Amino acid sequence: MIAVDHLTKKYGDLTAVRDLSFKVEKGKIWGLLGPNAAGKTTTMRILTGFLPATEGRASVGNLDVFEQPNEVKKILGYLPETLPLYPDMTVTEYLGFVAAIKKVPAGRRTESVAKVVKTTGLESVKGRLIKNISRGYKQRVGIAQALVHDPLVLILDEPTIGLDPAQIIEIRSLIKSLKGEHTIILSTHILPEVTQTCDGVVIINEGRLMASGSLEDLTASIRHKEGLFIKVRKDGPEAAAEIRKIAGVDKVEAADGELKVEWKPGLDLRDDIVRLLVEKRFGLLEMRPMAMNIEDLYLKIVSGGTEQ
Amino acid sequence: MKNVWVVAKKELRTYFTSPIAYVVIMVFLVLVGFFYYNILMWFNAQAMQMAQNQYYYSQININQMVYQPLFNNMSIILLLMLPLLTMRLFSEEKKIGTEELLYTSPISVNQIILGKFVASLLVLLAMLALTCLLSIFSFAYGNPEVAPILNGYLGLFLLGAAFIAIGIFFSSLTENQIVSAILTFGALLLFWVLNWASNSAAGAWKDILNYVSFLQHFDNMTQGILDTTDVVYYVSFAFFGLFLTHSVIQSRRWR
Repeated sequence: MIAVDHLTKKYGDLTAVRDLSFKVEKGKIWGLLGPNAAGKTTTMRILTGFLPATEGRASVGNLDVFEQPNEVKKILGYLPETLPLYPDMTVTEYLGFVAAIKKVPAGRRTESVAKVVKTTGLESVKGRLIKNISRGYKQRVGIAQALVHDPLVLILDEPTIGLDPAQIIEIRSLIKSLKGEHTIILSTHILPEVTQTCDGVVIINEGRLMASGSLEDLTASIRHKEGLFIKVRKDGPEAAAEIRKIAGVDKVEAADGELKVEWKPGLDLRDDIVRLLVEKRFGLLEMRPMAMNIEDLYLKIVSGGTEQ
Repeated sequence: MKNVWVVAKKELRTYFTSPIAYVVIMVFLVLVGFFYYNILMWFNAQAMQMAQNQYYYSQININQMVYQPLFNNMSIILLLMLPLLTMRLFSEEKKIGTEELLYTSPISVNQIILGKFVASLLVLLAMLALTCLLSIFSFAYGNPEVAPILNGYLGLFLLGAAFIAIGIFFSSLTENQIVSAILTFGALLLFWVLNWASNSAAGAWKDILNYVSFLQHFDNMTQGILDTTDVVYYVSFAFFGLFLTHSVIQSRRWR
């Protein structure tokens, strides 16, 4: 549905996006993940036709973004990082204006606006001026304007930024409910957002592609070791020595008052370890799995700068 | 065309939901009313004196003695008012981030520019139309000729359209409305008085400076002369301003 092919964007001497390629399948939510100034917004602006690329191609729904910009713009909804709202309009007026410039036929505008007001939960504020509604509602109006012409593709730049935790959860579930009918790309630098809402992820840093793929594939590719973090009440070093004796244990090391136990993938030594600790009365306080997840991958990539 | 109207309607709504349009129209009318009153009083006194003498009596001309100075005054007030009407048109979109919405919508940059131009033209039209009410007094107590008055209004409208186009151009350059207004004032004043430099200029420059200046063309129109040169001048001036705006917006995005 969305294909980015060797995309490069330069602002003078500064290269914001460097040779970036990825694909997003129809009906999926993909996260564009990266630290600040990684090139997320630039990539999205290129996809929406707001900025031209220096090199490379991009297509949305089999339409080339640079050759057929107007056709692309018709099937695309975009929530920029700064909400594009007119403070002196009411919510309904604003959505009506957006529907008109997005080429929703005049006869269907009222209906589309009413529909989108309902899906985004704006009924209680639809008659109020945008400048007088709260940040959470403004964010919803932003999402509503991206949805009003019922686009096939949604591009959301940091859709949950500046919201309180309850609002974040609401917006995330709203985005998830749009999946299927719409193909969605959302950018974020908040890791849980990706694991909670996205099917796949593109990780970029300094304009370069660091990793991309579905969440399962990516996590499977990095789960090359398994283990536990264990906290005991007393005799840490002695407990470590005992655990080391269990067959299959690779490594035990003490860190921050915890023991980090690793074993070969495919085994499950949790029962053995617990039995040992209980029988020898080390006083087991805490035990948690050491799963490599997308957060570890991200941190590894972004801090280590290793290309995958 | 439909898209142009959609943008124009949005701009008109902003003009009339905020106090901008009301304040600009009101201040314009107060000032024009004041000038009209004073010119009319002066004309009255003058006409009384001139009526004493047979020759001078035949020279009394309300078009020349009331409307010509009135139109000149109105043009100066427009020069001061119209930049305030145009200063926010593109600056504001840039500042609050709504330009991203406009330029990612399936409407062209030209349609956006024209929409904004049309909206300002309609406000200008409202300003000029409301001043026509003043003429009730001239027609009730005198017999001015209608054609030269309409010609003068046409001149004001064309002049205003050129002012607006220049204002839109400067508004597209900056996200700061005040900077946009000041640049517009500067440019308009400069073009207003450009023909002063023609006194010291030589050869072809003299003609060029005279032609480019606003004043020369406007004088013709207030005197009741409808010359296609003047109409073409204003229309091409407005077109040029809009063309520059288009170039600025396109180059911003391609940089």
